[in-house]
Amino acid sequence: MGKNLAEKILQKHSPEEIKKPGQIIPCRVSLVLANDITAPLAVDSFRKMQAPRVFDADKIALVCDHFTPNKDIASAEQVQKVRRFAREMNITHYYEGGNVGVEHALLPELGLVGPGDVVVGADSHTCTYGGLGAFATGMGSTDIAAAMALGETWFKIPETIRVNMNGSLDEFTTSKDLILNLIGRIKVDGALYRALEFAGDTLAELDAEARMTMANMAIEAGGKAGLFPVDQVTLDYCREHGRLGDDLLEPDGQAGYCMQVDMQVSGMPPQIACPHLPDNVAGVDDLGEIKVDQVVLGSCTNGRISDLRQAAHILKDRKVDKNVRFIVLPATPKIYAQALEEGLLEIFLKAGGIIGPPTCGPCLGGHMGILASGETCLATTNRNFKGRMGSLESKVYLGSPYVAASTAVAGRIIHPARV
Amino acid sequence: MHFKGKAHKVGDHIDTDAIIPARFLVTTDPEELGRNCMAGLEENWVSRINKGDILLGGKNFGCGSSREHAPIAILGAGIPVVVAHSFARIFYRNGFNMGLVLLEVGDEISRLSDGDELEIKALEGKIINHTTGDTVNSLPVPEFMADILAKGGLINYVREKAA
Repeated sequence: MGKNLAEKILQKHSPEEIKKPGQIIPCRVSLVLANDITAPLAVDSFRKMQAPRVFDADKIALVCDHFTPNKDIASAEQVQKVRRFAREMNITHYYEGGNVGVEHALLPELGLVGPGDVVVGADSHTCTYGGLGAFATGMGSTDIAAAMALGETWFKIPETIRVNMNGSLDEFTTSKDLILNLIGRIKVDGALYRALEFAGDTLAELDAEARMTMANMAIEAGGKAGLFPVDQVTLDYCREHGRLGDDLLEPDGQAGYCMQVDMQVSGMPPQIACPHLPDNVAGVDDLGEIKVDQVVLGSCTNGRISDLRQAAHILKDRKVDKNVRFIVLPATPKIYAQALEEGLLEIFLKAGGIIGPPTCGPCLGGHMGILASGETCLATTNRNFKGRMGSLESKVYLGSPYVAASTAVAGRIIHPARV
Repeated sequence: MHFKGKAHKVGDHIDTDAIIPARFLVTTDPEELGRNCMAGLEENWVSRINKGDILLGGKNFGCGSSREHAPIAILGAGIPVVVAHSFARIFYRNGFNMGLVLLEVGDEISRLSDGDELEIKALEGKIINHTTGDTVNSLPVPEFMADILAKGGLINYVREKAA
């Protein structure tokens, strides 16, 4: 019996022979991540574990991206706690100021995660790195503290769902639409305790950023990981971002899957997840009239340069509706600089958008775009749970950067081809 | 591992933003988190809880964000045990690491209702419903996780290993 991607990667990092799903294995980790919300708890647990030091000061990333720039005294004190720990342990990859970006956009950009790695992060969207062929998964702070101390963790080998995507993307259809469509089909617990593995000829149309957008939302189907094979596209991306020595990676021919899902991509319109779950998905034209008060472009799902380019393509020489707050948060300083250089920020500003710093901010109802009761937002983020972005009486719709831009212009959710 | 209390039932797919909204994540203090437990579901939800009460969840309880503040908030509210149809993966691991007892019962959850007086023998996986006279059995705790519990939790386990 061959191995699927999850099994192949985990085997490389475990001394135990992987035989079947359900098996529990110890596993060495390539990188351990926490942020300004989860690291303070991890620090508390680390102290209680009485570990004298971290296992490797170069293999821990502490990224203060959620409530930064610090939104209040309490959040500033949380960051201070993380900063002190980072200094005490000589953590190489500590990010807080002008070098900080949204963690899952930042780490790939820095070349800190890539093919064949095992990455654990105290953030559920750690699965993003599966877009680059890493087995990456979210955990809680105490599991992360254990990994910081020991350099290893334990995993239950997940079953894998194979997702075969075939056909060609329509002009305004993106990888965000593919993942929303998939979650709409298998539902928010469809991949519970399982990994998703993506395959099919559509992969050739998806660049590394598009793949990370899809892997990012594996958790929204309950998935432990969302894995893409490593091809030349991945290797080029990784080399460009300073990594050397990565190899191609594909599942074995006779690998085991618990389920196969076939997706015909051609002709799929942009998809929208309606309140209050990411699996409440419909085609953009099937919604009826939905007016919005706010549009957010950004996050670990869709705050990368290709996302900003897509939105700018629609917004060029257009104006944001006067009743809409259009908030743009480039996910990292590098993306910000690139968007400035390409004239994208000028397009957003002239259109009437608000450009903020790299931060997770509004996605989780933290700051920089909180919703009042009765307000509606269309966001390129990943969750639309009740109250996620503010008031329990507010609503969040999820869509692609193209749809975010067209919605900002029209003041209602609309197909990008119709503005 | 023996609990007795009144049951409080919530629905399917209760996410960790519902259990503890992000605006309360500026602290790691269990009592403060406990005061806002389920504030993302309903304001002041926690006022109905007496120490030792039991939470009943539907499918996929604890989905979404990996925040360990979620099991801490439930414990901080005075709830020592959650019985659910099923749990989201990260939450399940976090619960054990924090000492929150989690029992999975699948469709049997329909035999437990809001307001029922329950008695739970966690190690035996028995949930006795004193209101209906019914008994519901939970799925066994995975062996590896029972081991971690037996060693006094993950923190103790690492303390021994890292020493």
